[in-house]
Amino acid sequence: MKKLLILGAGTAGTIMANKMRKSLPGNEWSVSIVEKESTHYYQPGFLFIPFGYYQKSEIQKPTVKFLPKSVNVIKGEIEKIEPTKNSVTLTNSFEIEYDVLIVATGARISPEDTPGLKAELWHKSIFDFYTIEGAEALKEFFKTWTGGNLVINIADNPIKCPVAPLEFAFLADSYFTSKGMRDKVNITYVTPMSGAFTKPKASKMLGSLLKSKNVNIVTDFFLGEVDNVNKKILDFGGREVSFDCLITIPLHSGDPVVSNSGLGDEFGFVKADNKTLQSTLFKNVFVIGDAGNFPSSKAGSVAHFQADVLEKNIVDFISTKSFSASFDGHSNCYIETGFNKGILIDFNYETEPLPGVYPYPVVGPFSLLKETWLNHLGKLLFKWIYWNILLKARKLPVTNYMSMAGKTRD
Amino acid sequence: MAQKTYAGVKVDVNDEGYFTNPSQWTKEIALEIAKEENLSLTGQHFAIIEFLRSRYLGGEALSIRSINHSGVTDVKTFYQLFPGAPLKKATKIAGIPKPVSCI
Repeated sequence: MKKLLILGAGTAGTIMANKMRKSLPGNEWSVSIVEKESTHYYQPGFLFIPFGYYQKSEIQKPTVKFLPKSVNVIKGEIEKIEPTKNSVTLTNSFEIEYDVLIVATGARISPEDTPGLKAELWHKSIFDFYTIEGAEALKEFFKTWTGGNLVINIADNPIKCPVAPLEFAFLADSYFTSKGMRDKVNITYVTPMSGAFTKPKASKMLGSLLKSKNVNIVTDFFLGEVDNVNKKILDFGGREVSFDCLITIPLHSGDPVVSNSGLGDEFGFVKADNKTLQSTLFKNVFVIGDAGNFPSSKAGSVAHFQADVLEKNIVDFISTKSFSASFDGHSNCYIETGFNKGILIDFNYETEPLPGVYPYPVVGPFSLLKETWLNHLGKLLFKWIYWNILLKARKLPVTNYMSMAGKTRD
Repeated sequence: MAQKTYAGVKVDVNDEGYFTNPSQWTKEIALEIAKEENLSLTGQHFAIIEFLRSRYLGGEALSIRSINHSGVTDVKTFYQLFPGAPLKKATKIAGIPKPVSCI
């Protein structure tokens, strides 16, 4: 019996467990998955928690609920990966051997890498919303906050869900307006990028949207340290921004086990070919989702699109054929813009977000790069799709490759 | 595509002045681009430029963070050497495209 081992049962790992169990013959291949958490969080839901739009109970479900019964679920924490020995060891010394390994250990925030960030004010006036603890603490803080300087800061890229900080700004505008205290809250968006977003058309559109919502932008700001006494963030060049409440999107890192295994780069992201998803160092090791050092978004939609490619390539690999599938960097995200509206963007490595309709030409029903109520509805509907279709790798009516159908170039 | 002449050599650049063909770059060209940015390059500058070029040509993403791991310098010195927007300035002088974030 040959062994496929998946590390991590987040979005990417769970989808792969479902796919590979179906595509590999049960009498020849065993599929195992290692995960330390018993709760699976719908991570896009963290954004809505501080504003009370979602409750914690709506965005968590048991990890095992989404894994097929014929997959061995191993609950435990990974101690080391030894790709030269085709072996993974857990912290309880349990050793697992594999023929093919899929690394899906994700990305995490590492606020401890910035001096002063995780210090006296942490979860008192400085909050993250990329963890359930941060989002919940912020919700409590907002309930009684009387206003002041609200600063949203991205420490540096890459980060998970690159549009989430923008959505936070839009939702904060909407939330404080409905509380009747928008005039008491000064919102500033501080980013290492030169605009609201990296790609020109979307950056221009989102930048003017920020402006119309009276959100100040500070660009080219790389967070160096946080001054807890004077409540200031400082960049490496000495520029400073004062805050009363800081919403931080801290530096991100891969799983420490990746850096220790020799599979990763200096930030713990697995070095892999961004088209085939194969490790550049070990041929029987593959990576999917946030764990990779690909120049694509760290987002669930990307993991979902990568999954089709990876499934084909692993099947090719074990039957010693050359790879038949190639990942194009396809990413797709709904951007909440507040007041029950949203924008949708769809892009890949080569093509920036363009206006148009999605997924079907002419009829849409979703509009690209344009604020609509239907896009907002799409975002809300997506939670249901995530739990019921996406994680279980059921078919969605969208192509995994980015399509130009419905898009317009100027 | 636009062209610019540095040190007597015609090079291809985009509308922001970034090289579209990094192989056209030479150290003499770097000195002239640096002049436009009011910088006179030292050995320390060139150490960073070489690091950025080799990383870029090796297909790896460039970020401010990666400077701290470069073994060449730290971020504070990087800011002192290329004041303002160091990564943007340094990549322009190094004759490689402006880094885009991983989005």
